[in-house]
Amino acid sequence: MIESSPDRANCEISLTVNGKLATVRVHPIERLLDVLRRELGLTGTKEGCGEGECGSCSVLMDGMLVNSCLIPVLQANGASIVTIEGLAFDGQLRVLQQAFLDCGGAQCGICTPGMILAAFHLLSKKPQPTIGEIREGLSGNLCRCTGYMQIFEAVAEAGRRGAST
Amino acid sequence: MRAHPAEYEFVAPRTLPAVLSLLAQAPGEWLPIAGGTDIMVQYSAGNLRARKLVSIWNLPELRRIEVFPDELQIGAGCTYTDLREHAVVNQEFALLSRAARWTGGIANQNRGTIGGNIVNASPAADSLPALLVYEAELLLVSARGERRVPYTSFHINYKKTQLAPDELIRVICLKRRFSEYYAQARKVGARNAQAISKVCLAALGSLADGMVKDIRLAMGSVAPVPLRLTETERIVKAKRIDSALIQLARTTAAAEVRPIDDIRSTARYRTAVAGNLVAEFLEQLSAGGSRT
Repeated sequence: MIESSPDRANCEISLTVNGKLATVRVHPIERLLDVLRRELGLTGTKEGCGEGECGSCSVLMDGMLVNSCLIPVLQANGASIVTIEGLAFDGQLRVLQQAFLDCGGAQCGICTPGMILAAFHLLSKKPQPTIGEIREGLSGNLCRCTGYMQIFEAVAEAGRRGAST
Repeated sequence: MRAHPAEYEFVAPRTLPAVLSLLAQAPGEWLPIAGGTDIMVQYSAGNLRARKLVSIWNLPELRRIEVFPDELQIGAGCTYTDLREHAVVNQEFALLSRAARWTGGIANQNRGTIGGNIVNASPAADSLPALLVYEAELLLVSARGERRVPYTSFHINYKKTQLAPDELIRVICLKRRFSEYYAQARKVGARNAQAISKVCLAALGSLADGMVKDIRLAMGSVAPVPLRLTETERIVKAKRIDSALIQLARTTAAAEVRPIDDIRSTARYRTAVAGNLVAEFLEQLSAGGSRT
């Protein structure tokens, strides 16, 4: 992307990202995606299509699944954001992340952070999702490697292992 | 990304009156942005002409659904997720909850708003045919006051609406008198989630003594605006559904739509599908209907 000169950035935004308060000085229309990656160094959130169709940039904003490429950062002021970097704790993967590894739910990795956040969001609402609910919950996240079946299996397996608890 | 963020002014007043006052000071200069699922796409592509944006996302005055005995009032800032999760929308306005499920994926449903969908005025929007058949009314608000307009005449031409530059949609009103109708929503597209429809249908019908008592048909992606098929409705109303009537309805619908060739489909295919969807709906209605 084209970098704007930082001295013209005129808007102070405070966010809680993965439990830590962060304050950044940015342009108010900048995409949350760019602020996470450039200002906060959280490059786990990926840019795929940049138009809200592929889900690679999915994060949770106040517990809600969103495409961070479509969020102007001013609308995230004061919000609590969870990115892929915020899921593991104390060096331990989440049950959901381990299920992706065990089931072969990741290949090239570009869609994986978004897939995992969409699945995390689904499991928070439906701890034991049916295959139909998994398909619908992940329908906004595109993967060009796996053919999806291993991903669906990973989410179902995470549900069986009690990922939401 | 092709946009220069430094070129944009962007403010987020905390109340609806503050937004309206800003719009009134310079009508047409400020572009309201709610969930950003359309505007941010244009911004990233470098196609957003407006340079001043005012956020209306999550304004409490726009983000509630009120249930009255005869009417449902949906705040224009309600998201597709809000619609999907609302009991009365699900029970009495199945065409709307079905369309909300089809729009985007979960992340876009969490951000896209019903008011934004109306103002964006895409003829391909999945929820707009539902609002046409329910004969929604819109409460438009500005610093000058409020007016109530029928949704059926809101879209004037491609992406042109009755909304004045200083106005916002505040509420979408739906009369609660459709729960006994047979309802059918159909989306024909590459896939349900994310893909934009090639053709979509919202249909309501009721029978009395074997005759069509009432019928309402609306389609997306077949004209410059979301289209109510009034001529097809007229030739079907008060008739008994038989194969001759179904055939007449199919050809009338095919003649009534005005689709184009574009990246998603062709005018010829869309015309054929429009006729088929109407025929299918009438067959189901005459067979007792399967309410969706």
